[in-house]
Amino acid sequence: MSADPSQVSPAGGESVDNGRPPAAGAVAPVDPRLLVRQEGFAGYWSEFGRKLSSGELGSLPVVVGLIMIAIIFQMRDSAFLGAENLSNLFVTAAGTGLIAVGIVFVLILGEIDLSVGSVSGLAAAVFAVLNVQHGMPEWLALIVALLSGAVIGALHGFFFARIGVPAFVVTLAGLLGWNGLMLEVLGSNGTINLDDSGLVAGLTNHYFTDISAAYGLATLGVAAFFLLSLRDSRRREAAGVPSRPFSEIVLRTAALAVPAYVVAWLFNQYKGLPLAVVIFLGVVVVLDFVLRRTPYGRKVFALGGSVEAARRAGVNVAAIRISVFALSGTMAALGGMFLASQINAANQSSGAGSLLMNAIAAAVIGGTSLFGGRGKTWSALLGVLVIQSIASGMALLGIASAVQYMITGAVLLAAVVIDSLSRRTQKSAGRA
Amino acid sequence: MSATPVLALRGISKRFGAVQALTDVELEIHAGEVVALVGDNGAGKSTLVKTIAGVGPADEGVIEWQGRRVTVDRPYAAQELGIATVYQDLALCDNLDVVGNLFLGREIVRAGVLDEVEMERRARELLATLSIRIPSVRIPVASLSGGQRQTVAIARSLLGEPKVVILDEPTAALGVEQTAQVLDLVERLRERGLGVILVSHNMADVRAVADRVAVLRLGRNNGTFEVSATSQEDIVSAITGATDNAVTRRAARRRPEDGSDATEPREGGVR
Repeated sequence: MSADPSQVSPAGGESVDNGRPPAAGAVAPVDPRLLVRQEGFAGYWSEFGRKLSSGELGSLPVVVGLIMIAIIFQMRDSAFLGAENLSNLFVTAAGTGLIAVGIVFVLILGEIDLSVGSVSGLAAAVFAVLNVQHGMPEWLALIVALLSGAVIGALHGFFFARIGVPAFVVTLAGLLGWNGLMLEVLGSNGTINLDDSGLVAGLTNHYFTDISAAYGLATLGVAAFFLLSLRDSRRREAAGVPSRPFSEIVLRTAALAVPAYVVAWLFNQYKGLPLAVVIFLGVVVVLDFVLRRTPYGRKVFALGGSVEAARRAGVNVAAIRISVFALSGTMAALGGMFLASQINAANQSSGAGSLLMNAIAAAVIGGTSLFGGRGKTWSALLGVLVIQSIASGMALLGIASAVQYMITGAVLLAAVVIDSLSRRTQKSAGRA
Repeated sequence: MSATPVLALRGISKRFGAVQALTDVELEIHAGEVVALVGDNGAGKSTLVKTIAGVGPADEGVIEWQGRRVTVDRPYAAQELGIATVYQDLALCDNLDVVGNLFLGREIVRAGVLDEVEMERRARELLATLSIRIPSVRIPVASLSGGQRQTVAIARSLLGEPKVVILDEPTAALGVEQTAQVLDLVERLRERGLGVILVSHNMADVRAVADRVAVLRLGRNNGTFEVSATSQEDIVSAITGATDNAVTRRAARRRPEDGSDATEPREGGVR
């Protein structure tokens, strides 16, 4: 990658051999020999190929994996790709997926949050006790439950960022401690049933039955993506910095539109657009915006790259760390509400079992690096779809959960192997 | 060169427990001047840099900024004055691209949202005026060579429009070509009228770009030399302490080869 002085610049006779380029202003800041992207679509394609070969796989492995999973299960049981199964699959995925979105933020910091399962169970218990046993209005109980998740997360963040306890240990303590508190809150009877026509129950059983809802949301998303990309491209052109060619914007929009409309059509074949999916997608989109487009998100990534560099650049390291753990706790609580909504109860096994591992696995399978500094909220969506597809397909085929765990474990291992290998390839290609 | 130095240190002393790290150190930097700060390991270079950068304030002594007495007790205070420091270990985030690194901590924001277009435009502009060559401003800095990373780190320090730039060992661990790139950049900083403090071990670099050399030895000033009028042996002997007073320095200047006899200069290899 580094400039080889023996090479001759193709940019028309301008020599850089002596390492003393001519006067300032006469030279483009970009070395013309390197990574010159061709104009138009051909350039896009060659850039894509170069990225692949240098290990920047992005979402490609997980998308390929999803397609393979779909093909395999569909061949075994034709109900797998049916509208009912897929619709249920998306709704069931929302709870774990929301927790995984919080995990993505923590992973980008290069840390881990092991407490999310317990926090989600505790939040459900807090909600159930306040609403059912103390008669607090549902919306207020919901807010209190989410806030308790935020406070717990901030507490983890405080111990990690201010006291200096490794996040792994703090949240491991949280895993045990908050599970204990949940059992305490639930009391002796162990299960509290929720109002089955209430707000929280509606989180996973409300569907927008009008077919225009699903198509409308798909149209809105695709149109917004297209117009924002176009506007960004225009602004870049006006400012004289490289911009995406129009053909690439159209291609990307099409790549988004196809799955969006297919899924919308599927939802309409069954009960309509599920509320759970709307909320999950909304959270993913909003937090994706926060991560990639705001100074806050930039600081989160900076901490994942180099804590010392971020500190010297004036980033308040402790505040960012605490806020990320608070966000993770909040998302765990929100996910807990969806999981409680599915069974319409808070019970002693809320947030237990494979939930924690599934949430972390979802983030990693989706392409968020365990090594910190790289990740997207979309990986939570893709990853949780993989995990839920396997679970759903296995359930259809009547395979025992023992096998299901082993297969999910193997998929997680594969994802981590891909992450490690792509990181190594990126290093050798000089792009890690 | 203006009469009033842009930055002047008067009688700086600093103590760490039982160690007197700096004693009565004086240093002046004028606009458009490159001052090399040299000295052996443990001579107090880093401590002095830290007092200027506000990381480790001095116990005694006065810092004058454009003739005015100032207090530099925090890194932020130094940045506010116009002192930018580029540390040896670069302090770049490998996972962020060049634009992200340049603007880290001072992102350009439009309605609460990062203005990537404006940042990219300014990044290109800045890199162009400094004649910095990198493959693309949108690749992670991890993929840049050591010299390119160093130039990005220096460019980054210039975004705050500083008047004095402190470069801590900018060419350590760089190859020949990359060192030349960084030295070019140092000269361009001087052309822009900045005062540059160049902390270095490398005599060849110092002689290549510095106007004056300030030598520290055991936490004290051990002479300030005009580079054009001084031989390398004189500087080396001031660093190593082969000469401890003005008389032997004068003697050494008349017979340059004698300077290196008393003690084998440690910097000898870079001549």
